[in-house]
Amino acid sequence: MRTLYKFHGGVHPPTHKAESTHTSIVRAALPSKLVIPLHQHVGNRAKPLVQVGDHVLKGQKIGLPEGRQSSAVHASTSGTITAIDLQLVAHPSGLPDLCITLVPDGKDEWITHQGVDPSQTPHSELRHQLRKAGVVGLGGAVFPSDLKADARHHKITTLVINGAECEPYITCDDMLMRERAADILRGAELMRELLGAKEVLIGIEDNKPEALAAMRQAALDDKHEHMEVIAVPTLYPGGGAKQLIRVLTGIEVAAGVRSTEMGVQCFNVATVYSAWRAIAYGEPLISRIVTVAGNVERAQNYEVLIGTPVNELVALSGSKPDTDRHIMGGPMMGVDLPAATVGVIKATNCIIESSPALFPPSPPTLPCIRCARCAEVCPADLQPQELYWFAKAKDFGKTQEYHLFDCIECGACSYVCPSHIPLVQYYLFAKGEIRVRRQEKQSADKARERHEFRELRIEREKQEKAEKLAAKEKAALDAKKHAAISAQLQAENSAAGTGDSHILEPVQSEAGLTKE
Amino acid sequence: MLSALLVMAGVAILLGAVLGFAAIKFRVEGNPLVDKIDAILPQTQCGQCGFPGCKPYATAIAAGEANINLCPPGGEDGIQKLADLLGMEAIPFGGNTQLKPKSVAFIDENTCIGCTLCIQACPVDAIAGAAKQMHTIIAAECTGCELCVAPCPVDCISMLPIEENITNWKWRYPVYPIQAAK
Repeated sequence: MRTLYKFHGGVHPPTHKAESTHTSIVRAALPSKLVIPLHQHVGNRAKPLVQVGDHVLKGQKIGLPEGRQSSAVHASTSGTITAIDLQLVAHPSGLPDLCITLVPDGKDEWITHQGVDPSQTPHSELRHQLRKAGVVGLGGAVFPSDLKADARHHKITTLVINGAECEPYITCDDMLMRERAADILRGAELMRELLGAKEVLIGIEDNKPEALAAMRQAALDDKHEHMEVIAVPTLYPGGGAKQLIRVLTGIEVAAGVRSTEMGVQCFNVATVYSAWRAIAYGEPLISRIVTVAGNVERAQNYEVLIGTPVNELVALSGSKPDTDRHIMGGPMMGVDLPAATVGVIKATNCIIESSPALFPPSPPTLPCIRCARCAEVCPADLQPQELYWFAKAKDFGKTQEYHLFDCIECGACSYVCPSHIPLVQYYLFAKGEIRVRRQEKQSADKARERHEFRELRIEREKQEKAEKLAAKEKAALDAKKHAAISAQLQAENSAAGTGDSHILEPVQSEAGLTKE
Repeated sequence: MLSALLVMAGVAILLGAVLGFAAIKFRVEGNPLVDKIDAILPQTQCGQCGFPGCKPYATAIAAGEANINLCPPGGEDGIQKLADLLGMEAIPFGGNTQLKPKSVAFIDENTCIGCTLCIQACPVDAIAGAAKQMHTIIAAECTGCELCVAPCPVDCISMLPIEENITNWKWRYPVYPIQAAK
């Protein structure tokens, strides 16, 4: 039996997971249209590869990754591109972003695709396949997986597969593990190969006994070595990458350090599943499992095509009429969608239909009484009450001294705050401001450099000009002098025309004399 | 009495020598305060402060010849930072120009005649082009100083405020009503 470790703090919100695990995953019906954003991942926005009016096939690449940190975007079904324009996307800003609108033709016709044998393919090629297939972290961070599956910079000894799924209401990873455990483990094995890790630790919270059993059975059936399926205690936010690594390995990832520097890499179960589908079957990431829960008739998990409008998805579950908000993600970390028409993106793990009865508005915010309950529950071992004061006072230097950037925005502090202060919102605000300031500082430094170089260049040009002028003048002067001298010489020569013979004569006579 | 005097004089000479050596050995070239002030200024090189660039303004502040509230692109925030650095009270903005949102220059390429006057005016070489060829702004390098606008003989340069989009969006300061507890 493996020794498990504990991370600091944590809370026990009601899980509400049973509602959506009664039925198996259902393939969501083909929607009337798909709104596929080109920027669903961390990094640069993909470049559209198609034009309005083009007919595309299911799995066809429609967005080309641009730059190193980027990922491809694919058509989720076959159909016609009707628009490439700015549309509202599932983002807390409520601002529009570039999206491709695809109207399905109903045939759901695949492009020719083919997998490769991972054992016969070089690692660089496998990583390239992941990039081409648009595989990104499906646990919520949507970081391109090809960049994470790269062990050239750090030696990785342990691969942690995250099946903890600690947020209330969300059961998409749970259902995926119950139903598709074999492919998840194959994906984990693929990642282990790519990283050269010695062991794979699969962490699943102990409130998911069915998933644990299915994964253990699959590990036995496929005779996976170096792999261990481990039940971890249910404690929010035990599914945070740093928290799960701490629980499974005892390694505490220090402030500002990446887990890879300590020899540990972490992937979500759905990510390794998608990676396996991409490598072994050549299927790009065009669908994912989404939990629909909250104020609905039938809470359930769906396999949803990326780009499916949220309102068409929730209609399948029978969204109740008093729904006033749509939350993407869980109740702890989720964000309100700006509209029900936005498309499902790769980061959408759950849609919670919210109503005033289900999530009553927060009671009035009261002043902080410095009870430090937030510090007790903070999984990153921070001092949230201090961070709150500094962020509120816009003292950003101090927030950084108190390690603001170690905050994982889990919301445990806000959850326990007896004064109902929206603490995480203050941290998000401070983080945003600090990022903007850093960027401004960088561009100011660049501008200074460019300005100084320009001054230098102008100075150099001036000097070169002056030198050229001086050289010219000197040359002119020299020429003048030369001309004067030669003129003088000529003048002398012509004036004393017989002089030469005078000089030469005695020499000749002398020579004549000596000869004689 | 004499020995005491000698000891004190000896100590004074020794310490004097150490200080003299340190003054030569650890001599700082230039005024470090100027660089510190320059690091806070936004480097737009726009000259709206009345000085021909950020560095001259920084030099003037360091010499006590200019106020710290003359830089419009730096805004209130910049004034606060300068006040913190110099141990002064922050004062409201006092320049002759208005505080404006950040913007970048844009050349209407249909109108541009390729005169290169804007290229000569740009303090950070953010305009690409050549004589009788169309010019264009390298937006990523543009500091929004507006120095290119005036020299243009055909008025084809306009300043476009930077709009908020998904990439530069940031979380707002949380605003919520504080209500009296019942």
